[in-house]
Amino acid sequence: MTRGTAVSRRRTTAQAARGPLQVDGEVFSVKRVGDYFHLTIVADGIAERTRPGNFVALSVGDHTSANLLRRAFSIYRVKPAGIYGGTVEVIVAAHGPGTSWLASRHRHDRVNVVGPLGRPFALPKQPVACALVGGGYGSAPLFGLAEKLRERSCTAHMVLGASTEARLFGALEAKRAASSVTVTTVDGSVGIKGVVTDPLPTLLARHDIDVVYSCGPMGMLRAVTSVATQHGAWSQTAVEEAMACGVGVCMTCVLPVVGDDNITRMVRSCVEGPVFAGDKVRWDAIGTVPAGTYGTPVSSTRP
Amino acid sequence: MTALTPADVDLTTVLADAHLDNPVMTASGCAAAGQELHQFFDVSELGAVVTKSVMRDPRSGRPTPRMAETPSGMLNSIGLQGPGITAFLARDLPWLLQHDARPIVSIAGSSLGEYAELARRVGNTPGVAALEVNISCPNVENRGSVFACDPFQAARAVAAVRRDTPRGVPVFAKLSPDVTSIVEVAEAVMEAGADGLVLINTLLGMHIDLTTLRPLLGGGTGGLSGPAIRPVAVRAVWQVAAALPGVPIIGVGGIRTGADALEFLLAGASAVQVGTVIFNDPSAPRRVIDELRAELAVRGFAKASDAVGFAHRSTPGGST
Ligand SMILES: Cc1cc2nc3c(=O)[nH]c(=O)nc-3n(C[C@H](O)[C@H](O)[C@H](O)COP(=O)(O)OP(=O)(O)OC[C@H]3O[C@@H](n4cnc5c(N)ncnc54)[C@H](O)[C@@H]3O)c2cc1C
Ligand SMILES: Cc1cc2nc3c(=O)[nH]c(=O)nc-3n(C[C@H](O)[C@H](O)[C@H](O)COP(=O)(O)O)c2cc1C
Ligand code: FES
Repeated sequence: MTRGTAVSRRRTTAQAARGPLQVDGEVFSVKRVGDYFHLTIVADGIAERTRPGNFVALSVGDHTSANLLRRAFSIYRVKPAGIYGGTVEVIVAAHGPGTSWLASRHRHDRVNVVGPLGRPFALPKQPVACALVGGGYGSAPLFGLAEKLRERSCTAHMVLGASTEARLFGALEAKRAASSVTVTTVDGSVGIKGVVTDPLPTLLARHDIDVVYSCGPMGMLRAVTSVATQHGAWSQTAVEEAMACGVGVCMTCVLPVVGDDNITRMVRSCVEGPVFAGDKVRWDAIGTVPAGTYGTPVSSTRP
Repeated sequence: MTALTPADVDLTTVLADAHLDNPVMTASGCAAAGQELHQFFDVSELGAVVTKSVMRDPRSGRPTPRMAETPSGMLNSIGLQGPGITAFLARDLPWLLQHDARPIVSIAGSSLGEYAELARRVGNTPGVAALEVNISCPNVENRGSVFACDPFQAARAVAAVRRDTPRGVPVFAKLSPDVTSIVEVAEAVMEAGADGLVLINTLLGMHIDLTTLRPLLGGGTGGLSGPAIRPVAVRAVWQVAAALPGVPIIGVGGIRTGADALEFLLAGASAVQVGTVIFNDPSAPRRVIDELRAELAVRGFAKASDAVGFAHRSTPGGST
């Protein structure tokens, strides 16, 4: 079988430095961080193409694996190739078979990487005030974003929340990366006892925030969007929908999103997302195809 | 048989009136209309690109969740979400032709009239290598019963397509394995004018979520695909090839490697499609071409067509 060569084969078609690559990666390290696993994979070429908000799809097991579907992870950090090969870093919460397999990798193990995938966070052209809200491992993509924002002379106020301290990711790093850091935990083990939307309204008002970026559980994104909208801020949310292919060919990862023409469509979150304008997502209708969606039968009652 | 070098193997494939460089295609619904996979390999290198089944009107599909991973496979309940034939012909098909791909267009209808209309509109578009008729759809004119599950209804849908498709464009009927006798359905659609068969579509399955204690998929049931169904697909190809010798068959179901593809050829398929495995390895269809070439070479098959149906020969391992 010639899989090795085909898989590590570099893209020779289409646009040169854009779009995803498929790389036969090698695990550089797996470190425990609270309840999570910080996985660093040597995968050349990914870093140069990555923008904050992109994700990677990692395969589970080798080319005979019975777990066929790749698992999606927000890109936490990338390092371009230098003396060592380029790397991509992700934060994994181990629960099911795929995430547990990834968390139990060792240095030099192989993990096949497809990425970077999806649309990144939109960056403001003006030096505006931004809030970055992360729930659990959802804070992972916000550090690269904070860096890009500060390069553009934007402020980046971080609000990180989780159920417990062990599920809070990056609170220490946030002190370096962000203009200010607010932490919430549901059990009160660290920071404010509560959820991210508790301190958010005050923070948005105090810093006169123009853009609110968020990544985390869908319920949180919905609540953050509603706070942002009330405050009159722009909202950019990175959603998490179950994906089979991650590259746009299967139509499993859809959610109802309103277009500029005011029409709701079932759009693929892997290619048209995962970042969406929060006020365009029909949060109340996720898991349904709401009436009037483009392509729903107008009158017929389908069996 | 003496081993050959892979470069010596002739992969050219003839399927009715369609002449292909090699027998490897994408499976409908697993490659959209080629654009996304072109980021990983050049889609013009495939024997053909089979596009996602397109319906007359735009379609929003089923509610999420639309998939569940299963052992060596998955369940999907997409519900044929798609842009409708007008947008497909304006946007997707031209892209494939501009990129020198050979498109096989899969069509799906909910009535005989819709099949006929799709056949006319697709069949009269220059550059279409063939039509694939997905008959695993509910017939709204027959209380929603699935065309593919009844030989008579299946034949009517295929006849409607054949009648309205220009002569030189072959029509392939894609059959469901969820029937008592796939041979009976195969005979019925061949009699109705099909030029060949695609075996098999997904098997109906279900997964119950142990958290909610309810079916997981938004649609309740879903189609099972992936390597888990490969033996079912090989069996279907074998039975139909035995009953209808000479009928062009395209085999599909769980193909992951060139060795898997060879298994389908030996069972009687002239070409193969790679589906679910694309989600595991987006380069898979391209990789399978090289692997199949190597598998044929080591067994001394100078031509892919020499392997077609070989397993039916009475002397096991007998020489060619
Ligand atoms: C864009 C995106 C970014 C993500 N970022 C991260 C991250 O940074 N860190 C992290 O730990 N997790 C992240 N996830 C979630 C992660 O992909 C799932 O937790 C993981 O796929 C579950 O796999 P499993 O085998 O452990 O669990 P199982 O529940 O057994 O998975 C079964 C199947 O369902 C799919 N699935 C299940 N839950 C999810 C989910 N929440 N999202 C997507 N697919 C799911 C899996 O892909 C798999 O095919 C992200 C998901 C998406 C879509
Ligand atoms: C997500 C998904 C979508 C599919 N959509 C279609 C479709 O639109 N039309 C069709 O004829 N078959 C469709 N199929 C079935 C495949 O084309 C193929 O027949 C089946 O999955 C078995 O092959 P595989 O195991 O290689 O995937 C779909 C399969 C999957 C997994
Ligand atoms: S996950 Fe397949 S289209 Fe998005």
